[in-house]
Amino acid sequence: MAKRLERLDRGIKVRSDDIFALNSWREMLYIIAPRVLPVLLLLVVGVWASTYWQRVIMQVCMIGLLAISWDLLAAVGMVSLGQALFFGIGAYIAGVLNHYLGMSPWLTIPLATVGGAAVCTFLLLPVLRLRGIYFSMVTLILPLMIERIIEATKVFGGTEGLSGIESLPQGMTELIAAMVVVWIALFSFTRMMNSDYGLILKGINDNDRAVMSAGLNIYYYKAQALFLSSGVAAFAGAFITHAYQFVGMPVFALDYSILPIAAAAVGGMGTLAGPLLGCFILVPMNELLRGLGGMRTVIYALLLVVFTVGLPEGIFHYIKRKYTQFERWVEVDS
Amino acid sequence: MLQGVLIYGFVNSVMLVLVAMGFNLTFGISGVANFAYGALYIMAGFTCWGLLNSLGLPYWLAAALSVAATALLAGLLFRFVLLRVRGLVISEVIATFGVGLAILELFRYFGFIGFEYTLPVWLDASFDVGETVVDAQRLLIVAVGALLTLFLWVFTRYTRTGRAFRGIAQDERTALTLGINADMVSAYAVAFGAGYAALAALVILPLGTIAVNEGYDVLVNALAVCIVGGLGSTVGVIVAGFLIGFAQVFTASYGETHWMMIVSLAALLIILLIKPSGLFGKQKELEERI
Amino acid sequence: MSSPFLSVENLSKSFGGVQAVSQVSFELEENKVLGVIGPNGAGKTTLINLLTGFVRPDTGKVLFKGQNLAGLRPYKIANLGVARTFQMVKPFYQLPAFKNLVLPLRSPRARHLIGGRYGDLDAVAKDLLEEVGFERDSWVIYKHASVLPHGYLKRLELARCIALSPELIVLDELFSGLSLAEVASLVPVIDKLKVQGKTIIMVEHRLRELFRIADQVVVMNFGQKIADGKPKEVMEQQSVREAYLGSEEEEGGDA
Repeated sequence: MAKRLERLDRGIKVRSDDIFALNSWREMLYIIAPRVLPVLLLLVVGVWASTYWQRVIMQVCMIGLLAISWDLLAAVGMVSLGQALFFGIGAYIAGVLNHYLGMSPWLTIPLATVGGAAVCTFLLLPVLRLRGIYFSMVTLILPLMIERIIEATKVFGGTEGLSGIESLPQGMTELIAAMVVVWIALFSFTRMMNSDYGLILKGINDNDRAVMSAGLNIYYYKAQALFLSSGVAAFAGAFITHAYQFVGMPVFALDYSILPIAAAAVGGMGTLAGPLLGCFILVPMNELLRGLGGMRTVIYALLLVVFTVGLPEGIFHYIKRKYTQFERWVEVDS
Repeated sequence: MLQGVLIYGFVNSVMLVLVAMGFNLTFGISGVANFAYGALYIMAGFTCWGLLNSLGLPYWLAAALSVAATALLAGLLFRFVLLRVRGLVISEVIATFGVGLAILELFRYFGFIGFEYTLPVWLDASFDVGETVVDAQRLLIVAVGALLTLFLWVFTRYTRTGRAFRGIAQDERTALTLGINADMVSAYAVAFGAGYAALAALVILPLGTIAVNEGYDVLVNALAVCIVGGLGSTVGVIVAGFLIGFAQVFTASYGETHWMMIVSLAALLIILLIKPSGLFGKQKELEERI
Repeated sequence: MSSPFLSVENLSKSFGGVQAVSQVSFELEENKVLGVIGPNGAGKTTLINLLTGFVRPDTGKVLFKGQNLAGLRPYKIANLGVARTFQMVKPFYQLPAFKNLVLPLRSPRARHLIGGRYGDLDAVAKDLLEEVGFERDSWVIYKHASVLPHGYLKRLELARCIALSPELIVLDELFSGLSLAEVASLVPVIDKLKVQGKTIIMVEHRLRELFRIADQVVVMNFGQKIADGKPKEVMEQQSVREAYLGSEEEEGGDA
């Protein structure tokens, strides 16, 4: 007798759909747990960790912002090979404002976020009209070019960078702030993508001619997505600048472009939470494997390829599927 | 002085065209943006070095084998990695990017850094071109560049595979109905482009050492030239290569050397402002895709 | 004397060496149905692309209520009141039918004319679907578009068009791939659109069904307009017959 695999929604998922979640505590817990638990877990781990690991967690959060912003762009159809561009511009704006003008982090970070977003959107505006591959190519080479130019012209501190940047309020505040920002970014972007606005953005990726014939200006929407994404990434750059009290050429390095993509590939593209999950896995792994030096990049690169080609779904999709559906074998009528 | 600048500008331009041509070819024919391009370039160099120094093969044999090996590897890359994600732009980009990255960083990790990693020049001599002294290797680069371009022109017009290339570049579906196996041709296109990169590497790398970072530089330069000239357009790559090549040498001679990268960046930004699809770009804006 | 509702003047477009549309001109009055017919490759779809902004004309004008649409982007033209369907249906397959309508309903034009806040749009969408023939409250509205049969996908195309509250509707082979019964069920929908005051251009191959509803017919062949007038008159023209059936000299061999 032939069998096939059947997937059905779990009972509890159906029972907790929409307003029926208010039925009982169990249903409400089913809905709330996956959202609240990670937040609490991260908080607890953060508070109890050593100073060294607190720094790592803060890094996880910032790279997480890069990954989330990458995923947003990818959902609209723009594959960025250069989150480092947005990251670096934000970092330098904050660093320069603080170093040369003495502005405090409370000013530099917002300014870097909005200013960075504006600069990046303006820079990439012309390629939005072209095929997606152009976006990838331009985002790839711009940060590399800028890196070389800083090295050559010694502007903004050149190879030595700008040090002595004012730091953020130390210790716990810095960490909590990082966490708060990440969760806000994740939840607000998720809500956005689930709304009608998100439908339009995803539609542009799916079938831009249909979106245009529906009377929507796709370039405007793409620019908006770019603004949001680059702003978030610029924030991460500015934050890191103040956290490490230094900004230099390395902010444009390829690493900051690759890590978000690897995290998205491992965690699951298109879900926003997946890339963040990927960061939770990869960044600490990055730290633990420090001894391996350059081999780490090789490993990420290979992970990238393996996951993209072999398991495009990513870990998060898998977890989500397990959480909301169950499988069983059923007999097929012949 | 001016003559020297013109001559070196010419050589630099040919180098840029050589480097960009392979990438442009692959993209123009199969639509695959091979981000592993720089890695393949460097790999060809190291393979030749290995064959020369470890196996003691004669130069011409080592060179031929390196080109073949690079092309073969690229073809395999297409067959086993790219084919599985064909059509999904995101995955194609990430996959080639990942592979290129892995190759380059692998070389770096295993310590392939140092002055001993050089390829010997073809002829250790210099010639007088007018009042300027030009070394034989640079002359070889120009000769090879001209030859390869001519070969390309003949190939795409007079051979079956070449014409298949053009068919697919124009309209893949129609080509399919005419019995052209698009996947095979695309694999050839990727291998072809990689072979081109290998040839470029073998003539250019002897000018210095085989440096892993140059892999990234090559990709950046190739992309810049292709974007400025227009992806898919051979004429565009040549024109853009010369424009940027001369501009770079001029700034280096009359200005400062480190402004060379700024020239590339400036050219890129200007093109993006005026004509984003490139000087001779055939990339229609979104609307005109049927 | 006011300008005609739609006036196409000397529209031309060539792709490389192929002259897809050549010096096409015609006029259309408001609230009429215009059929555009012709053999395959005559340039009908290119004509639609030119009218709706998906292709930029080489020369010529498209005057819609006096305003030249040539060169404008598709979304601008859509917001001016000209909506179109695609020959190859292009729904969002991962979304249910009523969610497919969210996009046109969120356009500036629809927001202006229909209004509605976030929640209301679903109801508007379902009403629209019912108008084109989706049975109310049936599964066809709620399942992903990828499981819908062809007939429903065509209706969805039409619904997406109507959602924009257009004044001019351009239909690219709406009837293709539909059974006689399905076509018969769609004709009343088009009649209703006409009653509502809309103007319609239909590119069709199914002449019998088209001629029942068309007021005016334009015939194209090899990119040129070869006939323009009432359906009956046009079909009696020699040139039109030759375009479809071939001339007597071409009929070689056995008759």
